[in-house]
Amino acid sequence: MPAETRVARLVVNGDTREVGVPEHFTLLEALRYVLGLTGSKQGCDKGDCGACTVLVDGQPILACLTPVWEAEGKEILTVEGLARDGVPHPLQDHFDRLGAAQCGFCTPGILCSAAALLADSPAPSREEIREALSGNLCRCTGYAKIYDAVEAAASELAGGADGA
Amino acid sequence: MWGLSWELGLVRVAAGVWTMAKSKSDFNLIGKSHRKVEGRAKSTGQAVYTDDITLPGMLHGKILRSPHPHANIRSIDTSRAEALEGVRAVITGRDMPVQYGIIPWTPDEYPLCVDRVRYIGDGVAAVAAVDEDTAIRALELIEVDYEVLPAFLSPQEALEHEASDDAPYIHPARKEGWNGNITKKVLLEFGEVDEGIGSADVVVEDDYFFEGTSHTAIEPHCAIGRWEADAGVDPASDPAAGHLTVWSATQVPHYLHRELARVLDLDQARIRVLQPLVGGAFGGKSEPFDLEFCVAKLSMATGRPVKILYTREEVFYAHRGRHPFHMTYRTGANRDGKLTGVDARILLDGGAYASFGLVTTYYSGQLLPAPYDLPAYRFDSTRLYTNKPACGPKRGHGSVQPRFAFEVQLDKLAEAVDLDPFEFRRRNFLGSNTRTVNELRVTSNGFLECLESVERASDWAKRFRKLPFGRGLGVAGSCYISGTNYPIYPNEMPQSAVQIQIDRSGRVAVFSGASEIGQGCDSAVAYIAAEELGVPLEHVRVYRGDTDFTPVDLGAYSSRVTFMLGNACIDAASRLRGKVQEAVAAEWGCAADDVVLAHGMATHATASDQAMPIREAFHLAEARFGALGATGSYNTPKDVHGEYRGGTIGASPAYSFTAHVAEVDVDPDTGFVEVRKIWVAHDCGRALNPVLVEGQMEGSAYMGFGEALMEEQIFKDADHGRAGLHNAPSLLDYRIPTSLDTPELEALIVESIDPEGPYGAKEAGEGPLHPSIPAIANAIYDAIGVRMNRLPFSPPNVWREIERAREAGSLRKPAAPGESAR
Repeated sequence: MPAETRVARLVVNGDTREVGVPEHFTLLEALRYVLGLTGSKQGCDKGDCGACTVLVDGQPILACLTPVWEAEGKEILTVEGLARDGVPHPLQDHFDRLGAAQCGFCTPGILCSAAALLADSPAPSREEIREALSGNLCRCTGYAKIYDAVEAAASELAGGADGA
Repeated sequence: MWGLSWELGLVRVAAGVWTMAKSKSDFNLIGKSHRKVEGRAKSTGQAVYTDDITLPGMLHGKILRSPHPHANIRSIDTSRAEALEGVRAVITGRDMPVQYGIIPWTPDEYPLCVDRVRYIGDGVAAVAAVDEDTAIRALELIEVDYEVLPAFLSPQEALEHEASDDAPYIHPARKEGWNGNITKKVLLEFGEVDEGIGSADVVVEDDYFFEGTSHTAIEPHCAIGRWEADAGVDPASDPAAGHLTVWSATQVPHYLHRELARVLDLDQARIRVLQPLVGGAFGGKSEPFDLEFCVAKLSMATGRPVKILYTREEVFYAHRGRHPFHMTYRTGANRDGKLTGVDARILLDGGAYASFGLVTTYYSGQLLPAPYDLPAYRFDSTRLYTNKPACGPKRGHGSVQPRFAFEVQLDKLAEAVDLDPFEFRRRNFLGSNTRTVNELRVTSNGFLECLESVERASDWAKRFRKLPFGRGLGVAGSCYISGTNYPIYPNEMPQSAVQIQIDRSGRVAVFSGASEIGQGCDSAVAYIAAEELGVPLEHVRVYRGDTDFTPVDLGAYSSRVTFMLGNACIDAASRLRGKVQEAVAAEWGCAADDVVLAHGMATHATASDQAMPIREAFHLAEARFGALGATGSYNTPKDVHGEYRGGTIGASPAYSFTAHVAEVDVDPDTGFVEVRKIWVAHDCGRALNPVLVEGQMEGSAYMGFGEALMEEQIFKDADHGRAGLHNAPSLLDYRIPTSLDTPELEALIVESIDPEGPYGAKEAGEGPLHPSIPAIANAIYDAIGVRMNRLPFSPPNVWREIERAREAGSLRKPAAPGESAR
């Protein structure tokens, strides 16, 4: 009993893709199970955990609550699109270097939220970082190393010492 | 022997071989911060978890779950589901009527219920269909005829019940004459408890309640099964002729392997278990779950791969989280602050199945004595079945609850004898190279350094009892195992093993059976192999999580991995190092011990002109000895435990120690508690990688904080909805701490250099959780003079105690030691 499908035109990480998706699919389902972009995670499927966070036109959104048609015609950026020309985004590098990812399951969503923060606020205070990441649950780290990594990335992007 | 050696600063490097403990500067990689080997994959989205895998032709499965907390299954009609377009198979409990259980002595559950459901959420049937939506529709077409039975939601009513035909026990009695609702009873006494308490100058007795909590790893459980029938064999005549592969987000691939074979009646040699990266576990993935059996059976039924991914709601019902404990502690002390005796009675609310409950019941008492010198100790613990999701091990298995109660007891006793709580703990310090009252062998012990570390960092002496009303500091200590000397199923084989191969490119491949659940065990073996063999870290590849390729490690539980896997890896790598040194020494005409392997080179320890790239050294060794490979194993000491029934439970090759100070603000008008900061000092033996150790300490303190203030795995009763229904099976409503809730955390590493740990290392993954909760409770008391004896310290619970204290006139800053009326 196949569901009604539609052809969706999605711009993901700079690539324009036309895909057939069931009418009721969320953006997360389209990314993970149709486009094979499995970096974005499903932790709750109801908007509680933030593991599915991606950027749509630069804004962090919960892909598990976004119907796929709502993202059509917009710029979608996932964790797979954060690196440029094979060079990791400073956030990715510092998360790795400073132990900000333990199990790594919340990491893609947190990186997207943090990338949006740094785009808006290049030198955020720790309070701003806490606020910006408050929709992303991490169960491993206690958040301490995540703050360190975001601050190190901000510092590197600002041209300061990266502390490496 | 070990005691003497410790005094001399010796560490055991192999059975019977002792050497001087290395100092930090003797290492190239160990003790320094490095990236994790899978870190880049995790930060770029390339890391593969189970649900990221899609196999050609894969079907999707769903499990039908019981809407009743306790009921007999009269019949199940699956015909309408089977007829739905897109459905490929439907199975029920009758297709796998074999009981299993993680503890070999208590198998009491079926993959799908056969004739009785025991909690809301118990699985009764499973469907495989072309997609998940079709599978969900098919579940709605399965008709189950239930005979509803009275349910037991509290351990007290389960204990008091006398069975009748209309109201049976949850399980058949485990022993002749027992109430069938009892899983396990343990009563152990060490020393003269009644005399000890009877002779005390002060006795504190109180009831404590620890509400259950769940792990809530962010990755939900997921499994994929793929059955490949043997060519040329008629499946009708030999349905077991084939090979089964199961991918699972499990932290115990070896036990899953064994239980799959048992339940499916397949030879273990026909089963391969693969463990992709696991997105958090915390004990919540440490036994087989219904979905793993169902994907296997559904794949065997359809000949196609089948995936099942739990919903978040199913994760809460699968549970196996921390048991609710009802505890009574009676503790005596002398006027000089020495403990005289401890008496504990504990009721464990186990939920519907045994899970690890036999061990939990022992752990509820066995892990308490250290880090203190208890002259006499008794615990009387009983685990009850109830009609709720089964409880099991959560980070700090069975010992977080009693630690909460006991460390609050110590705070009360310290006040009663007018001592600073740090001083009180110091006076009762167990010491190193000794035995606890229940005969656990304790070797290295850095507890005093942990106390000193948090006392100094928190500026305790200037601030305890001196902060303004509403703000307070509290301290607590703890101890935890670094693995268990006895494995879950009795056997004499190693608990952990590693295989290493060196190839001609200079690359080192480590095959590890351990479970990478985020804690960094893949990285630990890479650091060790690079340290021992002198290759750059980036030339080490770790292959893990495949029972076809990797030797057995028992799993990521009991804080056993660093200690056991690390020792196994040193064993394998040092064998290979010896061969390489010998080959190079032959070339140079020197002693093998003079050949140093480090920084990608083989060099002579004293002759600076003797050097070659490590790859050439490997070539010399391969030419001399043949292909370079070695296995290494670690097994636990089996000769150190108490000579009494249960004396092996809690016996560990080493114990970690922790101390916390928490600082809180309490609003006396609302009962709202804000934890401002937690200082956590932990004796991890040696930090193989300080960044990863700090991460474990911070994550542990965070998790304990969440349990202290917010989390409750609770169920509705008949007065508040459907009895046995989970109160809040979502991450939003269950409430785990967000970044805004979580206090500042400061990790302070203490290194006691354990004589038997790998380079002196002990555990860091579970121990640092324990003191969070009592430290916060004790800080609340320092803030407003209100004792919290039940969890969580949520506004309603704190408010209730504030109101009581207000009426009693005790809502005030407590007196400082030395200031109170004697």
